[in-house]
Amino acid sequence: MNGAAQRPWQNVTLALGFAFLYLPIAWIVLYSFSGYATDGGGRFPSLHWYQALSVDDELLDAAYRSLRLALLSSPIAVVIGTLAGIALGRLERFPGRSVLLALLAVPIFAPEILLGFSFLMLFAGLGAVTGWQEGKGMPTLVIAHATLGAPIVASVVFARVLGRDRALEDAARDLGARPLRVFLTVTLPLAVPAILSGWLLAITLSFDDVVTSSFLAGPETTTLPMAIFSSLRVGVNPEINAIGTLMLIGVALVFTAAFAVVSLGKRAKTRPVG
Amino acid sequence: MTGSRLTAVDRATIAVPLAWMLALLAVPLVFVALLSVHGVADAIPPIAPLFGRTDGHWTLHATLRAFSLMAGDVLYRAAFVSALINAALTMIGCVAIGFPIALAIAQAPRSRRNGYLFLAVLPFWTSFLLRAYAWIGLIRDSGPINAALMSLGWIDHPVPMLFTPAAVWLVMVYSYLPFFVLPMYAVLEALPAELLAAAADLGARPAYAFRTVTLPLALPGLISGAVLVFIPAVGEYVIPELVGNSSTIMIGGILWDEFFQNRDWPLAAAIAMATFLLLIVPSFLLRRWIGPLGATQR
Repeated sequence: MNGAAQRPWQNVTLALGFAFLYLPIAWIVLYSFSGYATDGGGRFPSLHWYQALSVDDELLDAAYRSLRLALLSSPIAVVIGTLAGIALGRLERFPGRSVLLALLAVPIFAPEILLGFSFLMLFAGLGAVTGWQEGKGMPTLVIAHATLGAPIVASVVFARVLGRDRALEDAARDLGARPLRVFLTVTLPLAVPAILSGWLLAITLSFDDVVTSSFLAGPETTTLPMAIFSSLRVGVNPEINAIGTLMLIGVALVFTAAFAVVSLGKRAKTRPVG
Repeated sequence: MTGSRLTAVDRATIAVPLAWMLALLAVPLVFVALLSVHGVADAIPPIAPLFGRTDGHWTLHATLRAFSLMAGDVLYRAAFVSALINAALTMIGCVAIGFPIALAIAQAPRSRRNGYLFLAVLPFWTSFLLRAYAWIGLIRDSGPINAALMSLGWIDHPVPMLFTPAAVWLVMVYSYLPFFVLPMYAVLEALPAELLAAAADLGARPAYAFRTVTLPLALPGLISGAVLVFIPAVGEYVIPELVGNSSTIMIGGILWDEFFQNRDWPLAAAIAMATFLLLIVPSFLLRRWIGPLGATQR
């Protein structure tokens, strides 16, 4: 759309919209530096809750576990999702295409509570049949999170591969490259930006998941969102603000970097080459 | 691909994700469907076996107990209705707030658009749970909103906002907003500027041009964004649980309680099946509005 005529309503809309979006974020950060609440000290900028967090082993363990879970499950999601996205984007018809599309749409649309429940039923059912006792814990969490992340990766990779000129692949083939070599040296590298952003999405999804994890986690595998969720039932706890502020800083750093890389890449691409 | 012959590599890129997704999404659905016709038992897992062997004969113990329980209970019907109403209100809120934001970003100068979009999306990269938590802090009785209203002298004592249906609606709209804004922006941004310029040249006022040019062209994006909000919102569990009250118990909460508190797995499975069918039918009817993988059709 043409952006020549900047009208006042647009600025007002954006200002109100961003105020609405950032109000809760501002509260999380500001309140994390509060000195009072249970402690009684009234000094405002205080690191009291950060100190409390630094000795809260339960919360820190959960945070570490969530990080590990995200880093273990997201690569699986990336592999499955990338293959699916490439298959769907490159090949217009193949047996099972509509089945694959429908299956990938399920985690995007279906409420998480249905997915979490179904995963547990699968693992419980397998356990009943095979006597496998690992029904709850890290392995099942990793498998479930990978399954939730794969469609997100697939949709990003699919969008990138779709409608892409096949000339490079054809050229490689004409020059005698075998299919695997074409795939590894042409198809895959071209999808790398999409794969990376899909990976970030899969990490975020896994790190944030509470419902599916609640069905699948055992007593020893409480994740950070589960720990936060159970503490929220009790009320406001500025320690959560402190850990939330740290998470915000991490996310902001990663995404500002990713955004900068993407816009630099775009700028480089729009420049005439050769 | 020019020919229709698939190479071994093509086959692998199809087979691996297809096998994984079938095993982890289709198979569990079959398990859930089977579970819903089981009886309950005091065992681990708490279900009665589907087959029994009496006098050397195999007998089938399938039962519709869970479904008749679900159909007969007013509470469950109320939960389904309240989930649908809540999802519809969330959808309306997201359209009402998200459409102007998407339009304002799409009509901003090209150089600023990516920055605005980044700002609009950034909050949603942060934890969903943390944002719900922030609203608890903001709207509780001793929170900053009540404090501000009191210091302005507009109210004498805190207005109870937390643990109300309105709080559920507010936090749902806030949380689901990006699912609407992103596809909506993608459609609005792709509208050819020449059309609006032509309308203006022909004497259309901005409001008229919006109604006759922008809106009809943006409708597919609007509908697909609305569906992307509505369907996951129906099963939302966390937000009603955190900021709602007993009047905002929805399907998600019922399923959760039947599973975790009452340990009635067959009933939870029946509720899951009912929810799944309830959502699959509208998805199927609306599929022409939604591209593959939820991608917006242009």
